[in-house]
Amino acid sequence: MQEKISQIWSILENITDPEIPVLTIVDMGIVRDVKIHNDDVEIIITPTYSGCPAMSVIATSIKMELHSFGWKNVSVTQIYSPAWTTDWMTESGRKKLKDYGIAPPVIEKRIQHLMFEKPPEVPCPRCDSVNTELISEFGSTPCKALMRCKDCLEPFDYFKCHR
Amino acid sequence: MNLYHYIVRLADNSHILGHRLAEWCGHGPFLEQDMAMTNIALDLIGQARSLYNLAAEVQNEGKTEDDIAFLRYEYEYQNFLLVEQPNGDFANTIVRQYFFSAYQLPYYKTLYENLQNKNDHHLTELRGILEKAIKEINYHLRWSGEWMIRLGNGTEESHQRMVNAVQNLYKYTGELFIADETDDTSLQSGFGVLLPEVKKDFDKSLFYIMERSGLTIPENETMQTGGKQGVHSEYLGYILAEMQYMQRAYPNSKW
Ligand SMILES: [Zn+2]
Repeated sequence: MQEKISQIWSILENITDPEIPVLTIVDMGIVRDVKIHNDDVEIIITPTYSGCPAMSVIATSIKMELHSFGWKNVSVTQIYSPAWTTDWMTESGRKKLKDYGIAPPVIEKRIQHLMFEKPPEVPCPRCDSVNTELISEFGSTPCKALMRCKDCLEPFDYFKCHR
Repeated sequence: MNLYHYIVRLADNSHILGHRLAEWCGHGPFLEQDMAMTNIALDLIGQARSLYNLAAEVQNEGKTEDDIAFLRYEYEYQNFLLVEQPNGDFANTIVRQYFFSAYQLPYYKTLYENLQNKNDHHLTELRGILEKAIKEINYHLRWSGEWMIRLGNGTEESHQRMVNAVQNLYKYTGELFIADETDDTSLQSGFGVLLPEVKKDFDKSLFYIMERSGLTIPENETMQTGGKQGVHSEYLGYILAEMQYMQRAYPNSKW
């Protein structure tokens, strides 16, 4: 049983997030649990954001991938609690993000609803300078903000801290 | 059946406001704010989807989130008049968002607290959805609050537009705090939210923001009501006509 479960986890480790293709759904902390009942597999996932459009694509990828390894009855269950947090992103996930050019989440101390707070100090993923500034709180996807490095002058995506 | 109505009302508010914000897509005053509004729309529509899903489960008639969203008539929608009001200019959209988020945050937080230790599968699910939504609403409130202050203290024109927007929209905030049967039954069931308490939080944050924006809260305003009972302004019909077109024209179509 335990062997089968770890086999499934290693299959899941090859499924990538459709919006950030360098990260796997395990790196992201989206997969919360794997359950086997007889020959049926149940994968428990949690969305990053309520409206994350990637979730249905992810659920389909999970089913297709497990089918190709011979698991016929696969169900994907979405749970909301405990709510996803960037704290669940793995170390290797953070490193892959940075190599891809997206600054990984920085632990932010600011209280989310306080206004005009100083944005967090985010190191540039290209040159590691912390001389960076926020361009927009919302970037190309809900989980990212748009920033700019004032040293190498490159704009970059920042994977926002969400907790 | 009351739990169904209760959840649908929460969903309708997020859904309709999400739809309104999505109308800004490609029309924002500048790219970053265009994206901010569509991102907030995505959060709200995501909340609505989770809630409609749960409502369908509670109803237990084999319906889906899509049935509830696309196959109900105007009078069956229970959203506030506030959220169906047209976008107007950017100031109007900001004020509408601020009013709604300043209500939604304390409401959701209180409901989340009240749902603690409830030994009911559906209520636990609802609590999970709220837990996720609260994180998002914090952003919405901060974003709209910052713009209230920026525009209120901006140029003469931005200030005047904000004054007009507050004048236009404040009258729709009354019904947010008037309890009806659905609210009362949820209280009797032991999880509902006391609206006067939410009103206190709303007033507090509104006072804080208005003071810093150089704006004033209109006095002696006659409040408009009806949304919670399904008596809507003319705008909702147009929204639904566009939103439901596909399901009405091609029943049961899927993609
Ligand atoms: Zn740099």
